[in-house]
Amino acid sequence: MELIVQGIIKAFELILSFDPEVMGITWLSLQISGTATFISLFIGVSIGTMVALTNFRGKRLVISLINTGMGLPPVVVGLFVTILIWRSGPLGFLEILYTPYAMIVAQAIIATPIVMGISLAAIQNLPPNLRLQILSLGASRLQMVWVLIKESRLPLLAAVMAGFGGVISEVGASIMVGGNIKGYSRVLTTATVMETSKGNFDIAIALGIILLILAFLVNLLLTQVQQRQHPR
Amino acid sequence: MKMFRNSRLIITLMIAALLVVSGAANLYAAPKQKNIILATTTSTQDSGLLDVLLPVFEKETGYFVKTIAVGSGQAMAMGQKGEADVMLVHSPDAEKKFVAEGYGINRRLVMHNDFIIVGPGADAAKIKGVKSSTEALKQIAMANALFISRGDNSGTNSQEKKLWKAAGVNPENQKWYQQTGLGMGQTLNVTSEKKGYTLADRGTYLAMKKNLALNILVEGDAALLNIYHVIEVNSTKWPKANGEGAKAFAEFMVSKRTQEIIKSFGVDKFGSPLFFPDAGKKVEDLGK
Repeated sequence: MELIVQGIIKAFELILSFDPEVMGITWLSLQISGTATFISLFIGVSIGTMVALTNFRGKRLVISLINTGMGLPPVVVGLFVTILIWRSGPLGFLEILYTPYAMIVAQAIIATPIVMGISLAAIQNLPPNLRLQILSLGASRLQMVWVLIKESRLPLLAAVMAGFGGVISEVGASIMVGGNIKGYSRVLTTATVMETSKGNFDIAIALGIILLILAFLVNLLLTQVQQRQHPR
Repeated sequence: MKMFRNSRLIITLMIAALLVVSGAANLYAAPKQKNIILATTTSTQDSGLLDVLLPVFEKETGYFVKTIAVGSGQAMAMGQKGEADVMLVHSPDAEKKFVAEGYGINRRLVMHNDFIIVGPGADAAKIKGVKSSTEALKQIAMANALFISRGDNSGTNSQEKKLWKAAGVNPENQKWYQQTGLGMGQTLNVTSEKKGYTLADRGTYLAMKKNLALNILVEGDAALLNIYHVIEVNSTKWPKANGEGAKAFAEFMVSKRTQEIIKSFGVDKFGSPLFFPDAGKKVEDLGK
């Protein structure tokens, strides 16, 4: 208990003193997970919408696969990404193993099915007549899709929050493909693991608290947007 | 008004997102040839030694070192695939095999410290002060006292297995023998929490002592020497490996200046050095 209090005090010390190393780690976490979420947003929403709006054989199987992907274990993603991009791997020529780029790739793979699954459900959840209505008003197919996406922005922003929450808190893949390199690929979660194994529990708790505050601020911002769009 | 506020918020959000993404686009990309991947043991990182040495090396040579801290077993597996350029490890038998098979070159002695057997103050197996490490392990086995093993093929783990073999005890599948599969720091935490015994390197133990309810029970046995070598990955076998950088790092580790830093590292904090520099010495002469 005493340790937790110490950790909280330490967290505020680190934040208020603008400790350069901790600030760097926090900023990097935000950059990597933010970029990964951004990428997953494009891929996830477009494929999710496409699957929701088209009918084809095996659609249920595809949806089950996407939904399974929402629970993709980060360490497994990390392992596969590592094998693909190490020097002797098929994508080894990119030379991105143990870089922040590799972390973005891995995190985007983790976040994409989450965003895809939620946006798929969101579009499917719209009243089926809405599509006909929009089209009968003379909209092109692309315009219709755009209106549908705008119509489901509430669950779509929830998808962004779920995706971001999934990757900012993830440690397995980040430590495998990023390597937890000081000042280069060390993020809040991997630093927490390292400080714990060093026995610096107060710093580990402090980093955990900073992670929570960061996640809270991002979600607060997104929630502002989400809720103001719907003044009900 | 409402509309206006909404769009302003969205624009702010877009700008924030853009800032984050564009920042990521040039994430301090270090020039490619200047990177070295150093595969090393958790003990060199957890003790804080590398945090002191690497900045000196990077400033001196301009190389950027990517430290991957894993067990010695995994470090050598990385070297074997050419996924690392240079290794700082402490698993002599496996290292000799590694070099003999042509995966590594220029294996050089860097430093040593020693392993210790630590355990709870109550010391159910009564091993405190026992001179021989194998004798102590035998007593732990006889007393069915809980022993926590790394179980991760690290240098410490190989040393531990060697000692069990010498003691003539097979601890596998015994109720009193548990494997964590974790690094040294975390294994010490587990051992402390469970009031068990374990084999640890002195450096990590000293660095973490303040949080542990564990005492040094057996030390000073010649069989407990913990020896670190630097090995360059054979870049003729793996053309993608950075042979030049590996050589520079290995040379740095055995240089006079570095050896001086190693010698004084930890003295101010723990009252005694964590590692003893040995460059240029012979393994047979250590601990005498």
